[in-house]
Amino acid sequence: MTTGHIVSGSRHAHEAWSPTRGREIIADHLPLEGATLPILHALQETFGYVPQDAIPLIADAMNLSRAEVHGTFTFYHDFRHEPAGKHVVKICVAEACQAAGGHVTSAKVGEALDCAYGETRADGQVTLEPIYCLGLCACAPAAMVNGRLIGRLDDEAIDEIAAEVRS
Amino acid sequence: MTARIYVPGDAAAVALGADKVAKAFADAFAARGLDVQIVRNGSRGMFWLEPLVEVVTPFGRRVGYGPVKPRDVDALIDGGLLEGRSGPLYLDNVEKIPFFAKQERFTFKRVGITDPVSLDDYLAHGGYKGLERAIAIGPSETVEQVFESGLRGRGGAGFPTGIKWRTVAACAPGKKYIVCNADEGDSGTFADRMIMEGDPFQLIEGMTIAGVAVGADKGYVYCRSEYPHAVAAMNKAVAAARKAGYLGSRIAGSEYDFDMEIRVGAGAYVCGEETSLLESLEGRRGLVRAKPPLPAHKGLFGKPTVINNVISLASVPFIMAEGAKAYADVGFGRSRGTMPIQLAGNVKYGGLYEIAFGVTLGELVEEIGGGTFTGRPVRAVQVGGPLGAYFPRELFDTPFDYEAFAKKDGLIGHGGIVVFDDSVDMAKQARFAMEFCSVESCGKCTPCRIGSTRGVEVMDKIIAGVEREKNLAILEDLSHTMKLGSLCALGGFTPYPVMSALTHFPEDFGRGSVPLAAE
Repeated sequence: MTTGHIVSGSRHAHEAWSPTRGREIIADHLPLEGATLPILHALQETFGYVPQDAIPLIADAMNLSRAEVHGTFTFYHDFRHEPAGKHVVKICVAEACQAAGGHVTSAKVGEALDCAYGETRADGQVTLEPIYCLGLCACAPAAMVNGRLIGRLDDEAIDEIAAEVRS
Repeated sequence: MTARIYVPGDAAAVALGADKVAKAFADAFAARGLDVQIVRNGSRGMFWLEPLVEVVTPFGRRVGYGPVKPRDVDALIDGGLLEGRSGPLYLDNVEKIPFFAKQERFTFKRVGITDPVSLDDYLAHGGYKGLERAIAIGPSETVEQVFESGLRGRGGAGFPTGIKWRTVAACAPGKKYIVCNADEGDSGTFADRMIMEGDPFQLIEGMTIAGVAVGADKGYVYCRSEYPHAVAAMNKAVAAARKAGYLGSRIAGSEYDFDMEIRVGAGAYVCGEETSLLESLEGRRGLVRAKPPLPAHKGLFGKPTVINNVISLASVPFIMAEGAKAYADVGFGRSRGTMPIQLAGNVKYGGLYEIAFGVTLGELVEEIGGGTFTGRPVRAVQVGGPLGAYFPRELFDTPFDYEAFAKKDGLIGHGGIVVFDDSVDMAKQARFAMEFCSVESCGKCTPCRIGSTRGVEVMDKIIAGVEREKNLAILEDLSHTMKLGSLCALGGFTPYPVMSALTHFPEDFGRGSVPLAAE
């Protein structure tokens, strides 16, 4: 028996965009105060990104202008404008990870995955992103691979990430 | 009685393999037909020992083993782990480890000890005593207790928490909010994360006390999206507190109502600034608001709002349970109580160290932190996140205190210390500070938005050796403008790392006696 709090960082398959499903998700969150961010998160959770077609639906439901919803959507780094690759690799590039050799490590990850930061590889297999701090600063450098956390990122861990991305 | 072992569920322990260790134990116990409860506790904050597994022996002693790898599990069980026998990885009573023994754990007293999401465990370890007292003494006396404790905002600004509470309490009755700033974006900090993952009920209790004190019936925690484990733990704890009547209407059988929700940010550093956070909670771009009006008068949805950092709010249950004096009795100068200090980056003994204000920077880095893990000399430490100054060894006698750091043109911020060895290039760090500001600027004010972009360009020229003195003069002028002309701390404090790097490490900028390696 295991108690306490446990989070699984597993990936799940995303649904294809459907306006009906989009409207349902929006309606579910409308009673919340300041519902825009929870709606955007929920849409991304379901579809893997926030489809452009969802913006006017949110605006209509919330009685806001499209411009306002678009402004909120585009302000935040987290919200995706298009689907990510099959695997998502985030490498921390903030100061604590820099101090622990992060410059070298992050470059190695880019080479091992043959992917530039902020981009999805042409074959759609991986999206590689820089991230500013995962709060793992006492076991730097840190990474998040498909939602799973990795501390003290070393060559062995980079090889494992590369193998996972090939799968 | 079922045997019990603890395998941390803290995100950093998980990043070091704690989930795999927990699974290995579960499998091994099942294979042996042993009935053992595995509790996913918070972390003790000694990350060089994580995953740190603890066992309660049949004689009630609690002993630790670490760092444990999945492949160690069978040998540990066969070697008598459940009886607390010594052997490889044996740490005995982990509270006797000097790093732990020398701390004064007020806010972190339960972290690593209890099952974080068990309300029964929280209550068994003194939980909700603070709320009980707040309800007994009433709102105005509760506000005065927090004021008398000397508690100052642990998010970084150091503003007295009691004054914020007084201001909101003095507003006419009506809708008011308690907002917890859990957008802990500073690199080198993880104290908020550890509290939310390791003792979430304490934060809930702190917010509930705030609600009673100022007459607010609704609270929000705005937690950054990079902390999924913290969000999950908070949501579980909120649900448990609500079920037991500690949240909702007539909380804990009193006349007060208070409920709360956890909201998740979306990767914007500037949303750690309180007015930007409020905009984000309201569903808009995280643009900083000009002050006044203060959030205490016109905050969330235009209503009076207490907005405090996680650690500030999580300190309140101790203050209420033990009394303001117990908290104010420790500390240094106008910095009262304890500070959870986070040792990070290239440091041998990295982790969470809660201690009364006044300990020196040198003690923290060299003695407690043990210097660098690379074994090379410490050259610089950045204190207080991306907006904090770089300190050279010459300033290691500075006591950890809001005013003492301000006097040295630095800040303690949220208490993070990032250690760098002698391979660091301070000109590159100065460039990074400008680059970070340019990426994260909300764009509302010109000094921050344009200044940081120009700052990156100027730093590129300095690093490339183009008209150095002329460009250094521009950098100084630009920093001055950003410091005085920006609307919030992002643009206003970015000059701290930049100017401290230039002041203390001029040789890296082509000034002084030591030539640049590139030349």
